[in-house]
Amino acid sequence: MRMTPSRPKLRARRARVFRASLELRCVKDMVDDQRDVPAPRPRLDGLQIGRRGFLRVIALGALGFAPLPILPSLIRAALGGSVVRSMGDAARAPSGRIRQWTMIIDLRHCDGCQSVGKPPQCTAACIQGHFAPEPMEWIEVFEGDLPGGGTQFIPTPCQQCQNPPCVNVCPVAATFSTPEGTVLIDQDRCIGCRICMAACPYDRRFFNWGKAPVPPEAQLARYSAEHQVPAKRGTVMKCDFCPDMIRSGTLPYCVQGCPKHAIYYGDLEEDVATNGEEVVAASRFLSGNQAYRLKENLGTKPRVYYVAGHGEAVGRDAFAKGRMPTKWPWAETVNGAKTWKR
Amino acid sequence: MEALGNQRSRREGGGPLAAAEPRASWLSRLEHAAFAPVTETSRWYYLWVAFLLLVIAWGVYAYSHQLREGLIVTGMRDRISWGLYITTFVFFIGISHAGTLISAILRVSQARWRTPITRMAEFITVVALVSGAIFVIIDLGRPDRVLNVIRYGRWQSPIIWDVLAITTYLTASIAYLFLPMIPDLALFRDRLAGRVAPWRIWLYDLLSVRWRGTGAQWRSMGTAITTAMILIIPIAVSVHTVVSWIFAMTLREPWNSTIFGAFFVAGAIFSGIATLIIVMAVLRKVYHLEEYITEKHFVYLGYMLAAFALIMIYGNVSEYVTTGYKLEEGAEFHFRQLFLEQFAGFYWFYFIGGLVVPGLLVLFPRTRNIWGVVAAALLVDVAMWVERYFIVVSGFRVPLMPYEPSSYAPTWVELSIMVAGFALFALLITLFVKVFPIIAVWEVAEDQESIETAPARRPLAPGATLDPAEGG
Repeated sequence: MRMTPSRPKLRARRARVFRASLELRCVKDMVDDQRDVPAPRPRLDGLQIGRRGFLRVIALGALGFAPLPILPSLIRAALGGSVVRSMGDAARAPSGRIRQWTMIIDLRHCDGCQSVGKPPQCTAACIQGHFAPEPMEWIEVFEGDLPGGGTQFIPTPCQQCQNPPCVNVCPVAATFSTPEGTVLIDQDRCIGCRICMAACPYDRRFFNWGKAPVPPEAQLARYSAEHQVPAKRGTVMKCDFCPDMIRSGTLPYCVQGCPKHAIYYGDLEEDVATNGEEVVAASRFLSGNQAYRLKENLGTKPRVYYVAGHGEAVGRDAFAKGRMPTKWPWAETVNGAKTWKR
Repeated sequence: MEALGNQRSRREGGGPLAAAEPRASWLSRLEHAAFAPVTETSRWYYLWVAFLLLVIAWGVYAYSHQLREGLIVTGMRDRISWGLYITTFVFFIGISHAGTLISAILRVSQARWRTPITRMAEFITVVALVSGAIFVIIDLGRPDRVLNVIRYGRWQSPIIWDVLAITTYLTASIAYLFLPMIPDLALFRDRLAGRVAPWRIWLYDLLSVRWRGTGAQWRSMGTAITTAMILIIPIAVSVHTVVSWIFAMTLREPWNSTIFGAFFVAGAIFSGIATLIIVMAVLRKVYHLEEYITEKHFVYLGYMLAAFALIMIYGNVSEYVTTGYKLEEGAEFHFRQLFLEQFAGFYWFYFIGGLVVPGLLVLFPRTRNIWGVVAAALLVDVAMWVERYFIVVSGFRVPLMPYEPSSYAPTWVELSIMVAGFALFALLITLFVKVFPIIAVWEVAEDQESIETAPARRPLAPGATLDPAEGG
């Protein structure tokens, strides 16, 4: 103690601070709280937070965190929360097992609708059938370069992965895998965080950036994750593989729309696929034609298969580049239609 | 680290106060410095707050526009579907690491020079977390459904990891800000009674949880601080790791990196130190804290900045040499856009201006002063924001299928909301210093005391000069 306190108040404070540090230095010896300096302010007498009380508060605080990971389950249980489902029960093969929808796209027969002189008709049919807002192309015909020169057209729907990166990252299970092996989105649950769009390695997810135009006939449609009509602002959409159409006995719009019958739709469980013209045994067709899947190395296990080609079966020259740009004709019939760029 | 090694040298040096000055007047000056922001308010303060409120109001208007029209009013589209909002979110979560590092790590390592700046660091953490978390909600297409995250949350999703990590970190940070503030709040309660508005006294009385400075209370607080400071370090590391995993858990070439988590944590601490330096410089100037926040603090933090600049440079080399050597498909495109084309300006500004130059500013003796360190910190903060920007946008720009690469340009809505976010950050700090002690009075006083009594204790082991944090 080298200094002399000038005022009693400061001396008291000084003593308090020093005493505190002293006491801390010999915690083990200090068992009794009786040596504590009483508070100078009487209004606080009778209530003091001791170490035990303090630790209790901390422990309670820590306990508050513990249930966080199971909180969603608890809330769901309390609310009787719904499980997202597709429109109806899973479709079953005659064997009784659940159908496993698949698509096989024969690129030998796809010329990007160059010979028809129209925009790709699979895309057009899909847009017309789903009132897909511009610029969404749920099945998009990409023109890829062939390694030896020339190009090929690759109609690309959602690949319906069996290890879907989008489903893995969705925070609210708005996008989910179905027993039929497809991936759907519930636009009534989607929060629009778009992490699924970051996760999809095929660029097959589309966001409703604005309020998409809705034609009168779409207003009547009954929305389900299998039939995403009408579009909902601020949510993600994509190809739903049209299980609702199969249920009613029709092929998906894109299969119907293809003038060259390049797209087969079918069921791996019953081992059958059709392009609307002929019926093939899916497994024989795939192995017999050296079918492949896009970005196989990513391990996403798509349900969409491709047979390599560049439209040669329908007379396309690989060096005839370009296709007609996609149009959204239905949108022109809607007043005040507002679209955005890709 | 030299900065940490120097912690005890101050004892010999004599510290900020003249050796002959009586402790009483020193203490009263310290208290006065701590009370000043609360008791005196200048006209400039109101002007500053009004200005910030105006900026925030403009941002709120921009957001209401976005709510009406949808995210169509932003520059984001399907192929580059995250932009300024996510950039700013990552940046804010990054600077929130200021508090952890300065406060927890320095406390654990018993670096005594930290005492005048810990409070500011801890508050930056809380404010940055609040500001950052808002940006995630702003980015949502359906903010009205944000509670779905709790209702339907799936623990498999990186977004949920983020929600859990950030809320945990926020709660822990608030506790960690609050605990060491209790004695100071009690001091304010006792010494400011009658001098300030009654609501303040009521607030200090409430928040000081009947602190009387008894031995038991000191011990309890010591235990609590020790627990908190140990806990908060892994929490903070986990936070920025899972923030990086939002990107690294996707199948996109530029983000497909195992060092992403570590790289983001280093960048977070890096920008956190820089932000602390800037906030420190401003508060020191405005509230005349020159006596407590000295050039030494800037230089020490500058050393840490330089150390983390080296770590960041190493991270860049490690990341880009390993992928660039092999140059897989996609990597080639990414390297071209990052180093030569669209993002080259951003990248090289970040690398030269944000990593190399700040390091040099600190290392050259001529610029190793307050101005040099503050300039380095400003560069680092801008550069780290830019880094987050090009990481997000360039990652999305690499084409996944055969299509023309997309482009992204933020709109006035995004820019307004982002600027409003920074204004909110500034406003919260501005308001905080008006209500709470910006200097940890008792820690500074105790540090001072240990300096004064040091000659008597010098023979003891270094750990003998305990502070209450070590009491548990």
